[in-house]
Amino acid sequence: MADPSPPPLPVLPPRLALSPARFAVGLPLLALLVLAVERAWTCGGELAKGAPDMARILDEMWPPSFVRAGTVARLMFETASMAVAGAAVGCAASFLLAFLAAKNLSPHPLAYYLSRAAISFFRTVPDLVWAIFFVVAVGLGPVAGTLAIVVDTMGFCGRFYADAMEETDPGPREALVASGAGRFGVVLAAVVPAALPAMVNASMFALEKAVRASVVLGLVGAGGIGIELKASMDMFQFSEATTIILAIFVLVLGVEQLSALVRRRIL
Amino acid sequence: MDETLVARGAARGAPGRDPGGGAGAGPPAGPPDLDVRGIRKDFGDSRRAVLDGVSISVKPGEAVALIGPNGAGKSTLLRCCLRLVEPDEGDVRLLGHDLRAMRGSALRRARAATGFVFQRHNLVGRLSVLSNVIHGGLASGWGVLRWNQAFAPRAARERAIECLARVGLVHLADRRADRLSGGESQRVAIARALMGSPRLVFADEPVASLDPGIGEEVMRLFAHLIRSSGLTLLFTSHQLDHALAYSDRVVALRRGRVVLDAPSRDVGRADLRAVYG
Repeated sequence: MADPSPPPLPVLPPRLALSPARFAVGLPLLALLVLAVERAWTCGGELAKGAPDMARILDEMWPPSFVRAGTVARLMFETASMAVAGAAVGCAASFLLAFLAAKNLSPHPLAYYLSRAAISFFRTVPDLVWAIFFVVAVGLGPVAGTLAIVVDTMGFCGRFYADAMEETDPGPREALVASGAGRFGVVLAAVVPAALPAMVNASMFALEKAVRASVVLGLVGAGGIGIELKASMDMFQFSEATTIILAIFVLVLGVEQLSALVRRRIL
Repeated sequence: MDETLVARGAARGAPGRDPGGGAGAGPPAGPPDLDVRGIRKDFGDSRRAVLDGVSISVKPGEAVALIGPNGAGKSTLLRCCLRLVEPDEGDVRLLGHDLRAMRGSALRRARAATGFVFQRHNLVGRLSVLSNVIHGGLASGWGVLRWNQAFAPRAARERAIECLARVGLVHLADRRADRLSGGESQRVAIARALMGSPRLVFADEPVASLDPGIGEEVMRLFAHLIRSSGLTLLFTSHQLDHALAYSDRVVALRRGRVVLDAPSRDVGRADLRAVYG
């Protein structure tokens, strides 16, 4: 016979209570949100005023002009070269840096903290600031841009590589240490293969990021197509600017496709 | 009670081999391959030391089983024998070397004369079986090139195939290690341990992660390889039938101390009850 008494209800967790601490945190956040919306509304007004000009520029941008196609092609090649070289050197340097910055592999705590601090510094300073610094240091041109990408990539990949190395299973490492393997052998044989998918993923994102950065770095004289785009816009040669924007689109899309292909093959 | 159990084997004479393990004659006399004296290890996260003055000795060609309840310190002791875990106190003499006095390449060379089989196999999943076996020889010259079979010298590749043949897995040489079954995976780990031509093999619960049937099969193969090569073996096991069948001597740990050290054939139910409480 069935038991007529229903099973006791579980004790419900407490409802969200508005405590003074939550209120103290929530109120400033709400104020910030109101200020941001107000600012956006102002921007919205400016956008409305600029809309006719925007329509005119868009009209003048089409069809694209191929008068300077040769120069654009040369600068696009320079842009892609900066991105590829900067990302490649940055990834290689990141690997060495990550070896020091992975807690489980670092040879000394001081090396760990210094390398982590360097990676944080490289990452927090924007690539455009690095480009300005290198333009001043080594002069105008693609070398400054490439160096900026190298440092920016180290800030990005250094952290991801180090985290990936830290997350590897300690078991295979212990097995190789037990067999008498040296530190470098253990890293190559046990850590890198296990961390490879995450490292490849980060490297591909770094390449995509480097391509976008290399387009913009030209604006501060650090080589690439950016300066040509700015000149076209400044001189109201909007149809030439369209050609450049389309070339950038093709380059970025191509790199993204390549990146997706590599990920599919390796991951 | 503990004191009466410890060194009972010594009082009864030299240890012999259990016929159930398919053994031949007893281990030859000579200096021990492993001599651990007064090892103490405290991780500082519990009220007592994990190892508290443990001393054991393993003669050449001898097979010793370490038994004891969970937390007794068996795995820690094995790791202390190779300084994978640094002992706080005590001496470790491994194949005639004072291991605690060694640093850098000397320590690596001493470790390279041993093999270690782990409970969780500890293979590099993304690499091939052959690469994993070759890793067992990373300590030798140009070891760095052995991280992947594609870069390894011909002699290393041939030696790895030979080791795989001994565990019956040559046909899986190209397979990724993470595509193996548990039994296959542990046999690859055994092949890796044999790759460096060790004189002494450590095994930490070598078949604990396998089902009973496969575990029995792998343990039999492992013991056969060790005995047929005349290697010295120190292994831990929770499976008392394995511990008794595949060893010459049983050493039991309880709360970080040796509470039993006796020839396997002399260990009875009463002894085991005393160990496991």
